[in-house]
Amino acid sequence: MAVPVLAGISLILFTILALAPGDPFEELATNPNVPAEVRMNLRAKFGLDDPVHVRYVRWFTSMMRGDWGFSFVSRVDVDDLILQRLPTTLWVLGAAQLLGILVALPIGTLSAIRPYSVFDQVATTLAFIGFSLPTFFTGILFILFFSIYLDWLPFIYRADINETGWRWLWEHARQAAMPVAVLGLFQGAALTRFVRSAVLDVIRLDYINTARAKGLSERVTVVKHAVRNALIPVVTLVALQIPGIFTGAVITEQIFRVPGIGSLLISAILANDTPVIMGITFVFSCLVVLFNLVADLLYGWLDPRISYR
Amino acid sequence: MSESARSEVLARPVALVTRRPSTSLWGDAFRRFRKHRLATFGAVVLTIMVVAVLAGPFVYRVPIDEIDFKAKLETPSMAHPFGTDDLGQDLLARMLYGGRISLAVGIMAMLIALTLGVAVGATAGHLGGTVDHVLMRLTDLFLSLPQLPLLLLIVYLFRDTLKKLLGPEAGVFVLIVAVIGGLRWMPVARLVRAQFLSLREKEFVEAARSLGAPPFRQVLRHILPNAMGPVIVAGTIDVAAAIIAESSLSFLGLGFPPDIPTWGRILFDAKDNLDFAPHWALFPGTAIFLAVLAINYIGDGLRDALDPRKVLGGRTGAATPAAKDSVPEPALAAPADP
Repeated sequence: MAVPVLAGISLILFTILALAPGDPFEELATNPNVPAEVRMNLRAKFGLDDPVHVRYVRWFTSMMRGDWGFSFVSRVDVDDLILQRLPTTLWVLGAAQLLGILVALPIGTLSAIRPYSVFDQVATTLAFIGFSLPTFFTGILFILFFSIYLDWLPFIYRADINETGWRWLWEHARQAAMPVAVLGLFQGAALTRFVRSAVLDVIRLDYINTARAKGLSERVTVVKHAVRNALIPVVTLVALQIPGIFTGAVITEQIFRVPGIGSLLISAILANDTPVIMGITFVFSCLVVLFNLVADLLYGWLDPRISYR
Repeated sequence: MSESARSEVLARPVALVTRRPSTSLWGDAFRRFRKHRLATFGAVVLTIMVVAVLAGPFVYRVPIDEIDFKAKLETPSMAHPFGTDDLGQDLLARMLYGGRISLAVGIMAMLIALTLGVAVGATAGHLGGTVDHVLMRLTDLFLSLPQLPLLLLIVYLFRDTLKKLLGPEAGVFVLIVAVIGGLRWMPVARLVRAQFLSLREKEFVEAARSLGAPPFRQVLRHILPNAMGPVIVAGTIDVAAAIIAESSLSFLGLGFPPDIPTWGRILFDAKDNLDFAPHWALFPGTAIFLAVLAINYIGDGLRDALDPRKVLGGRTGAATPAAKDSVPEPALAAPADP
């Protein structure tokens, strides 16, 4: 499943690239000091005039081998540049997703076991507001409130903190708090609604009544019997949401100047650094496919009826 | 019971239905929609915003690009109700003008997404077989694309060409609308396909088929109108998502140029002056938030209103909580990935 998707995504990327106007040798073409035959030789050397499928195969194999060229701007290999930034992005994304799940699971479940109670109404309204608030605006509001008004948290993320031990950890937690909260609460708001409607779907089923009737505590009934089954559709929706998480990541990284691949992408675009842009888009695509795979595996764990032979 | 009496009884329900003149499908839907208080609130807010951006610039005649350094970064006052930016330009005027573009992008992108989605979904659902399989794989593939990075990549690669071709404003508009619409049709396609799969087996379609309706007419006149409910809901939510997508692009400095102050663009210009001019960011941000919230609530209300399984309130009581919550919520996935 993962391999065809990756091939498909790479095909789309390549098509976009091939359709895009502009020629890597445009500068040479306008430069009168470069004779036409030199340009032709260069084109032949890099295979620019080969048929499309040949170029695609060559491009794809070099992408897979990690040979992504080097950055026009910083004169470093693209894969080095990305690998250097990737851990920060994954760290912030992972923490945000965890926060989202930690917020959504209990709130969504509590809403669903007492539908239309005061708690449910407040939670649903907040969730609705939460996912209608775009991340770039929440980020600005957080900066205004926590950094400027209260002056509690730094609003610029630094990768190089000259501290050690607990102090280092504390500084990291402080600077990561806002990006993680912005992203996590946005994810959490959408997830809360998924969890609520999924739990509502199962809570009225007969086997829940059976569990109650045989004397299980309410806690065990809800957590082990209802929530576990409700999670199956939720995992699907989370998998569908994954491409969206990267959208949020790019924006939050840009607002808080987190040195991850999202902000690298923006600066590369502003600097016309094509190899870096292509590399990052490809990495994002790989991450989407990877997380979809994880969701598929989670499925098997949650639902023993599914087997992967 | 005599034979004639029985046939009269059998005919009666039909007669009863035709004798109720005041209810139409849309009338019912409208009444159900009005029952959803927050959706009504959303509709009112959105109407006010649309009227404001359409009529506003004719009433409030301050130019959007009048530079006045004496009045720069002013907080809201009588002369400048929303304050001014770092060049002393009036923010209210800029927001009224930019709001037109923000909302227009949302609506146009939604139309493109709906057209593509309905076309793909209808083709897949009606033809079935290999075509269906291929189109659904394609839909899955598009669903797993990283949207914003791809959006940025396409805008980056094609911006200059389209600018040259259509002029700076129209070029960027066409590009952004096409790309946002082109990356958002997948949920609609899935919805339409699912509707087609169930509807094409229904008796009324069979009746049309047996009367000799050609396939195109079956689809256009019989299946599609019945599949429209969820599509309209998805379309509403798509408007909100497209507004967020455009604002995100502009917020990253890669959408509209600075002389076209969409809400996202104003926010982008404002974000480096947060500590001494918070109003500059708060007004456009709130505008985006309110528009998106209003549209999402309208979508929520429409989902309830366009579900014909629901009985109107009053006589039988409002739709039961159980019925309300068992309705699938296609809107949920939409706003999360602009």
